Amino acid sequence: MSKILKYAAAGAAACLPTGAALAAWDLNMPVGVTELSRDIHGLHMLILWICVLIGVAVFGVMIYSIIKFRHSQGAVPAKFDHSTRAEIIWTTIPILILVGMAIPAAETLIRIEDTRNSELSIKVTGYQWKWQYEYLDQKVDFFSTLSRDSDAARQLHSGIDPNTVDNYLLSVDKPLVVPVDTKVRLLLTSADVIHAWWVPTFGMKKDAIPGFVNEIWFRADKVGVYRGQCAELCGRDHGFMPIVVEVKSKEDYAAWLKTQQDGEAAPAAAQTNESATTAVVAKAE
Amino acid sequence: MSTTHTHEIAGHQAGDHAHDDHGPAKGWRRWLLATNHKDIGTMYLVFSLTMFFIGGAMAMVIRAELFQPGLQLVDPGFFNSMTTMHALVMIFGAVMPAFVGLANWMVPLQIGAPDMALPRMNNFSFWIMPFAFALLLATLFVPGGAPAGGWTMYPPLVLQNGTSFPMLIFAVHLMGASSIMGAINVVVTIMNMRAPGMSLLKMPLFVWSWLITAYLLVAVMPVLAGAVTMLLTDHYAGTTFFQAAGGGDPVMFQHIFWFFGHPEVYIMILPAFGVVSEIIPTFSRKPLFGYDAMVYATASIAFLSFIVWAHHMFTVGMPLAGQLFFMLATMLIAVPTGVKVFNWTATMFKGSISFEPPMLFALSFLFLFTIGGFSGLMLAIVPADFQYHDTYFVVAHFHYVLVPGAVFGIMAAVYYWLPKWTGHMYSMKLAKWHFWLSTIFVNVLFFPQHFLGLAGMPRRIPDYSTQFTDWNMVSSIGAFGFGLSQLLFAYIVWQTTRGGVKASDKVWDTAAPHGLEWTLSSPPPYHSFEVAPEVK
Repeated sequence: MSKILKYAAAGAAACLPTGAALAAWDLNMPVGVTELSRDIHGLHMLILWICVLIGVAVFGVMIYSIIKFRHSQGAVPAKFDHSTRAEIIWTTIPILILVGMAIPAAETLIRIEDTRNSELSIKVTGYQWKWQYEYLDQKVDFFSTLSRDSDAARQLHSGIDPNTVDNYLLSVDKPLVVPVDTKVRLLLTSADVIHAWWVPTFGMKKDAIPGFVNEIWFRADKVGVYRGQCAELCGRDHGFMPIVVEVKSKEDYAAWLKTQQDGEAAPAAAQTNESATTAVVAKAE
Repeated sequence: MSTTHTHEIAGHQAGDHAHDDHGPAKGWRRWLLATNHKDIGTMYLVFSLTMFFIGGAMAMVIRAELFQPGLQLVDPGFFNSMTTMHALVMIFGAVMPAFVGLANWMVPLQIGAPDMALPRMNNFSFWIMPFAFALLLATLFVPGGAPAGGWTMYPPLVLQNGTSFPMLIFAVHLMGASSIMGAINVVVTIMNMRAPGMSLLKMPLFVWSWLITAYLLVAVMPVLAGAVTMLLTDHYAGTTFFQAAGGGDPVMFQHIFWFFGHPEVYIMILPAFGVVSEIIPTFSRKPLFGYDAMVYATASIAFLSFIVWAHHMFTVGMPLAGQLFFMLATMLIAVPTGVKVFNWTATMFKGSISFEPPMLFALSFLFLFTIGGFSGLMLAIVPADFQYHDTYFVVAHFHYVLVPGAVFGIMAAVYYWLPKWTGHMYSMKLAKWHFWLSTIFVNVLFFPQHFLGLAGMPRRIPDYSTQFTDWNMVSSIGAFGFGLSQLLFAYIVWQTTRGGVKASDKVWDTAAPHGLEWTLSSPPPYHSFEVAPEVK
């Protein structure tokens, strides 16, 4: 069946407009930039390959039977209808395989749940439809919403080609900024409905629930910009509340923190220029 | 409905007309006042097929909007209504009634009973359904639009629905009442009306799987009713079951919902297991391998389904011990499910296999359901689930178990028993076309969704970042192909009811089916097994 699928997919792919051929045909989970995300990726690949091996064996026997024991080829049916030995074997072996999967999974899970000794705590509050980041004890607090050019392009019948927008639907006006090689703990909650904070390259996803505080942590080991999205249906604009995390070197982070603490008003004023006019036109909802 | 008819029935009632047992009533009374299991089964199946197309049309809207990035066709709010309604219509309107329809037709025929045990309740449980779905589908036209908070109805979001909110709740109540009555009927029929000599471990596996399914339904549908009633009182009566501000807990709803929801997924697949267990031995010309093990595996799956619910909500922030427990319990389900797959394979091994349409669908079920099982196992691994959760990987997973799983199981059953029901053979050629188109397109439709989910596309979004464009296009092409192919199915069924080559009593002559249904004529008499057959 997967063979049929492969041909069909290839056939369908051949019909696509040429522009699309340049884009990504991503197949797999990203490896990520945190230790936990790499562990999770490893676990994912391990389970995937075990499933593939079992699949090859089971589908192999099925396909063999379908080809070999065809009525049209004059196959004569055997009479057997059970075998206790076979039943014991194919009950026991799966249990052993499952134990083999469960052990590394439990180990990783225990490390994921260990939120002790964090070096920076940020309270993340979900709103319909934006995120608020509050750096605890640092006097830094701001909202992060979908960037204006994405917002203009995503309106129904906007006439703007999403391919012309940088990081369409995955860019924000003001990203979360964190230092590299630092254990960052996020305290997640919500002001209205349930949201979920998810950055695939950090390997972590957790719900932000009104009235409750959830914790996750990550330690990014590479400077860069990482993108994610709200992952729990939260209403009309659920698809339009992205998450962008900028991981800076420790020095750059310290400098950024200082500018934030010094002039809260300055960056806010700076945002409202350039694309504002186009956004206003397009926002005639 | 003409006025003459109305007068006619009024006259009958006045005259205290005796019950006529020589055949069906004429005209609409046969259907509205139906107590015959075959008529009610037919109505269930027709209702289910209708809902399959309505839910399918909603899926087409979803896939059309997702064909390329940007919003071309619908507003995001309406898109959310489509995903919500598609799920509700397909689960409660298409898959569940289809299995109840199959149970109505086949349980009495397979156990040698003249009818279902509770024929009037049977009528009631069917006729609730059109009202439930009229109420649900009417929400598309009320202010604020149809429910848009997902079929899982999580608070607080579900409380933001407008006029549709109470309609949704009452529609769910009605569906639940209907399911419970249908399930009670199946249990009572199987427990009391088996032919002499048919002990429990001699029952056909379709009957077994439905007996277990019926217990699941009776156990969990009241839980769903309780959960949605709490939503109702939270909204209108000032309770705060699910509102943290009043001391409640929004996550509690998820626990209660999935305590219903996980057995629910087995409610939708166990009868398909039963169907496949009937078909594979027939066309392999060899008895089912490990009958007893199959029964015990089904019962084990049903038991485990009650203790794994929280794997749907690993990201809500559960204690470590809770996560470990639900991970291990979930993984355990792979064992009895594996036993079933191995036993079906062993049934084919050294058989003599032919490939009539029911067998083709059963084989497709076997391969593709197993793929869905593999992705289910992957989803059980909690750390990996933190990545998979609420992405298209999950969408791919449950569509693999529900479409080539449950839906193909239903189609296999229809192709297997339709000649028995109608007395006519369908067009093998068209049915094979339907099979190949469905099997190819269902993979084009759902396989790329694994890739989308792994690459990071969340589910339930109307628009996506441009890197997801390619696989979404492929998936949408598959969706349109799959949707159109199903018109062929409706045509084949319609054509077969109109006429065709006469089917023999055994229908599948080359095979050696031994179920009681094959001892009756095709179509079976309106009242079958008035004298109970003897089972050796």
